[in-house]
Amino acid sequence: MSKLSAAVLPTDATFKSGGNLERVLAAGRFAVTAELGPPRGCDAAAVRRKAQILRGWVDAANVTDNQAAVVHMGSIATGLLMISEGLEPIIQMTCRDRNRIAMQSDLLGAAAHGVHNLLCLSGDHQSMGDHPGAKNVHDIDSIQMVAMVRAMRDENRFQSGKEIPGGGPRLLIGAAENPFADPAAMRPYRLRKKAQAGADFIQTQLVYDVARFREFMKKVVDLGVHEKVSILAGVGPLKSPGMARHLRQNVPGMLVPESYDARLEAAVNGIDGRDKAERSYAWREEGKRICVELIQEIREIEGVAGVHIMAIEWEEAVPEIVKAAGLRQASQG
Amino acid sequence: MIVAEKKPLEAIARMLEGSGRVLAVGCGTCVTVCFSGGSKEVATLAASLRMKRSIEDRPLAVVEAMVQRQCEWEYLEPLAEQMKNVDAVLSLGCGVGVQTLAERFPTMRILPALNTLFMGLPSAQGVWEERCQGCGSCVLDKTGGICPVSRCAKQLFNGPCGGSQNGRCEVDEATPCAWHMIWERAEALGMSEDLMSIEPPKDWGTSRDGGMRRMVRNDLRLPEDQDKEGNE
Repeated sequence: MSKLSAAVLPTDATFKSGGNLERVLAAGRFAVTAELGPPRGCDAAAVRRKAQILRGWVDAANVTDNQAAVVHMGSIATGLLMISEGLEPIIQMTCRDRNRIAMQSDLLGAAAHGVHNLLCLSGDHQSMGDHPGAKNVHDIDSIQMVAMVRAMRDENRFQSGKEIPGGGPRLLIGAAENPFADPAAMRPYRLRKKAQAGADFIQTQLVYDVARFREFMKKVVDLGVHEKVSILAGVGPLKSPGMARHLRQNVPGMLVPESYDARLEAAVNGIDGRDKAERSYAWREEGKRICVELIQEIREIEGVAGVHIMAIEWEEAVPEIVKAAGLRQASQG
Repeated sequence: MIVAEKKPLEAIARMLEGSGRVLAVGCGTCVTVCFSGGSKEVATLAASLRMKRSIEDRPLAVVEAMVQRQCEWEYLEPLAEQMKNVDAVLSLGCGVGVQTLAERFPTMRILPALNTLFMGLPSAQGVWEERCQGCGSCVLDKTGGICPVSRCAKQLFNGPCGGSQNGRCEVDEATPCAWHMIWERAEALGMSEDLMSIEPPKDWGTSRDGGMRRMVRNDLRLPEDQDKEGNE
């Protein structure tokens, strides 16, 4: 922030959240966010360790909300640990586990603790997780959540319409979009709906098929949606050809061109098949190179305001990717 | 119709452990049409139970009966006589039928032989699919006659989630994505513009959340009962 001239920035009072991510987006800088997956137990040290890896290299980091419908440390509690380590969290919240009462209550608490960013999600279905017999909630959907939080912040009103004593939570509101899911023709309009509901930023599903993403963004730009909402493209390093295949075959709405499998395969040419560690290292190095290339390509697409780097259980890769992609030369933490 | 399926024979037999003589009652409406609780299914279940208990050398007498509609008290009257010599009643009706029996015959053990599944339709020979969850405030006018409450795994009201692929739901490949169908139907009808506005949060107060729901039609009530509760 120190490099930015105070004169070009809005004053504190005009900011919606007062957070770092909002300042970066408002200043028109190319935003970089990453993802921090909370532990499956109560290990605060694990969170702190991950936060220290990301701190200074990204503008904020998402903290997932029981990702894949598997029980993890709560996203807000994890986010507070991140704040104490100097890393700004983007709290993810799904419609799967909370009704509108619990959502609003948790958001009041999160804001009271200094959380500035929220990502509103439908949530992975519980049948995919570790408690498939759980009852889901889905009281409101993710677009309704965006609208609810916007009214809490901008109108100081609960979803009920009742006034929030002392004012609503100052949160920058995010939402997700999968440019590759079906029905393809509806996706840009659905993104526009999220912008109309009050989303400030969008993070997309992992982009590996840049040509398809470019088509999607063209439609988004034609609709003028990129002027209402900051769009951060999702990217992530592949760890192996097996991961590329897994994403392609098992993750709905994920397009991974087969050329990446070939590149990863070629990266282990000459390495003894029994040397698992060496092969894994070579794959990961190639995966990071692919990720950097993707960022450089995506950055040139009109309407893209930043990247969201998802290196799942591989936070160490993020600083290297950020540096190699020329997004930051050194930690600013 | 209300769609139900037979419980496993073992589960039904366990409920009848202490019984020597039971009355198995089918229902002539929905569960007959979905081949779970009609006279044929009553006969088959009765025979299976008799055989099982006979092999175990503790015979079970099963009296077979049918009523046209288990969900209305007046249809149950003829059962009173047949119930005199049994120690339990096995209902092959839906959950409503079981409870209607239980209310009409408060001193008799009433047991469910079926698992009630949903309100739906036969979509192919031997296949039934859910179409309605009885949420109490129908939105089908806004969604082209395709219900996002019963047919979308996440009950979304503003379009498909990110897991919709090739028209299929991420939860189960056999399930078509409700929002994919809603979108395609809106396009075919030239009404996709209608899906662009934001649908506000639903009032679930008409749904399951408040305990038992009740409908009162004052115009149909007996004169002495009018205005006792609610107004319509």
